[in-house]
Amino acid sequence: MALSQPAPTGISEVQKKPFPIKNIVTSLLPLLLLALFWAEHTLLPDGQMFTKRRYLAESFPFLMGLYLVTFGASFYRKDFHEKLTYQAPLIAGVIGFLMLWDVVTLKLGLLPLPQFPSPGAVIAALIADAEVLFVSIYHSLGLLFGGYLLGLLFGIPTGILMGWFSSVNYWLSPILRFIGPIPATAWIPIAMVVFPSSFQASIFLVALAAWFPITIMTWSGISNVSNSYYEVARTLGASTRYLILKVALPASLPSVFVGTFMGLGSSFATLVVAELLGVKAGMGWYVSWAQGWAEYAKVWAALFVMAIIFSGTTSLLFKVRDRVLVWQKGLVKW
Amino acid sequence: MSVATLEQRAVSPAAEEAGRIVVKDVNRIFRQEAGPDVIALDQVNLEIEPGKFYSLLGPSGCGKSTLLRNIAGLDHVTSGEITLDGEVIDGPHFLRGLVFQQPTLFPWKTIEQNVATGLEARGILKEKGHEVQEYIRLVGLEGFEKVYPHQVSGGMAQRASLARALVNHPKVLLMDEPLGALDAFTRMQMQEEILRIWQDRGTTIVFVTHDIDEAVYLSDKIVIMTPRPGKIQEVIDVPIGRPRNRNHPDFWRIRSHILKIFGFSPEHAESYQI
Ligand SMILES: Nc1ncnc2c1ncn2[C@@H]1O[C@H](COP(=O)(O)OP(=O)(O)OP(=O)(O)O)[C@@H](O)[C@H]1O
Ligand SMILES: [Mg+2]
Repeated sequence: MALSQPAPTGISEVQKKPFPIKNIVTSLLPLLLLALFWAEHTLLPDGQMFTKRRYLAESFPFLMGLYLVTFGASFYRKDFHEKLTYQAPLIAGVIGFLMLWDVVTLKLGLLPLPQFPSPGAVIAALIADAEVLFVSIYHSLGLLFGGYLLGLLFGIPTGILMGWFSSVNYWLSPILRFIGPIPATAWIPIAMVVFPSSFQASIFLVALAAWFPITIMTWSGISNVSNSYYEVARTLGASTRYLILKVALPASLPSVFVGTFMGLGSSFATLVVAELLGVKAGMGWYVSWAQGWAEYAKVWAALFVMAIIFSGTTSLLFKVRDRVLVWQKGLVKW
Repeated sequence: MSVATLEQRAVSPAAEEAGRIVVKDVNRIFRQEAGPDVIALDQVNLEIEPGKFYSLLGPSGCGKSTLLRNIAGLDHVTSGEITLDGEVIDGPHFLRGLVFQQPTLFPWKTIEQNVATGLEARGILKEKGHEVQEYIRLVGLEGFEKVYPHQVSGGMAQRASLARALVNHPKVLLMDEPLGALDAFTRMQMQEEILRIWQDRGTTIVFVTHDIDEAVYLSDKIVIMTPRPGKIQEVIDVPIGRPRNRNHPDFWRIRSHILKIFGFSPEHAESYQI
């Protein structure tokens, strides 16, 4: 008789509960790490002197409160709760890393100053220079988007024309092969004298940096479209215009997007170098200016801000791609 | 699969205006850089009567696809000419629909958008867009309008490509081994559907196949082709009433006749595919 009874279904019962204990413990990990960090930061004696770190010391209760509120709120939405549970170890890890950083800098003084300030000092720099940083971000974003969009606007049509018309390809591909591999940054000295303002020069350089990979990948995408798509479309009554815009272009979009990601990467590099060297504003300029005054806390703060801007921009492009290439979902592994 | 007969009628109350294809002294020679020239079509003459179901049957390499592609206008004859209702064919036209062995659906379009391609390409999607749904129903794909090609089975994809060709109301429907990639069961189902659509719409059909049974089951006329060089050997009439029974004596007689042409004696032939 016992054999015919269904096996105990412990696992599925746990899953039926909306908020399993294990998940709750996991989601509380960041709180534990915050408490540890707080204790470490306030109780251990300082090794480095004269460090500005008021903001960090004062932020612990706020951060813990903020996390508690988020945690509490997550019980109202199951999907949010699951997301939080998933992210919790990562958040805890980041806090742990900051604590470690604090220990080796502020507490033990193992890393040289001024190049390696403590996290508290970087936060202080971030807050103290917020206004200048904000203006720099604004300036950099203007250059980045202006240049990148210009690169897209020229790159995709150039790629399409090269992929479609062999006469265009004949003249453009040697130019592309010859000039394309030069890093856009190498043009800085020339661009700075050719263009009336350094802003225009930078826009041009960023656009050039984005244009090259976007053109190459659009071109290669168009030339790799299977001939049978064109044949089907032609038997259905497609004009050349339709073949280009509604067959060739969508078919090569996956390749075009590879180009846009590559273009974005080189745009970042070109932007920062242009600002480091010639432009008197923006994130790159801020970094070199802070370095000139040996204010490394500010350099770190600026690097942190750049990381956020660039990774944010990249995620934005990923979102756009996921939207446009929704038909690829399940077809290829992203 | 449950497509009511009444619904199909809604698509075209009157039969399509069928097309007469005349293939006259057609040669098609592929000049190759390496190796000798290939004579894919050698002095081919053929008259395809409007509204009839024709099969092109023959072993691999005998020029079936080449002939079909020339009728479609995707390839150009080396000499001779092909006309549709008196007009010389010199390029593709939406009145000559083509279905390949592979469905070749556009992967970036949903099933519905794929079917609508012909209307969109001709710029009449606004006026005729309502017909798309009717063709989707005609091939039994309702409920799959919004999915992408990779999410449907091979048989469903082939139905979609059939609907995509039909949406243009072609005079002639050219099919190059459209069922070649399907399993036996789906294949038989699709044979029924193709017959049903053909009878409903009266379109001229030119159907390429390797399968003798399939040719005998579907066709009014079977065009037997032989390779090296690609030639028309014989055009066989299939005077069997429809719906056809695969075990009918006439069916067997025609099949044996075809097997004999290709040099198989029917008693020993295990498989009827060539
Ligand atoms: N584009 C081409 N270039 C060179 N030779 C070709 C080309 N297309 C077809 N051929 C040759 O023409 C001949 C007929 O080819 P075709 O594709 O029409 O045969 P088929 O009867 O459709 O064969 P299958 O049943 O295998 O599809 C073959 O010998 C083939 O090699
Ligand atoms: Mg073929």
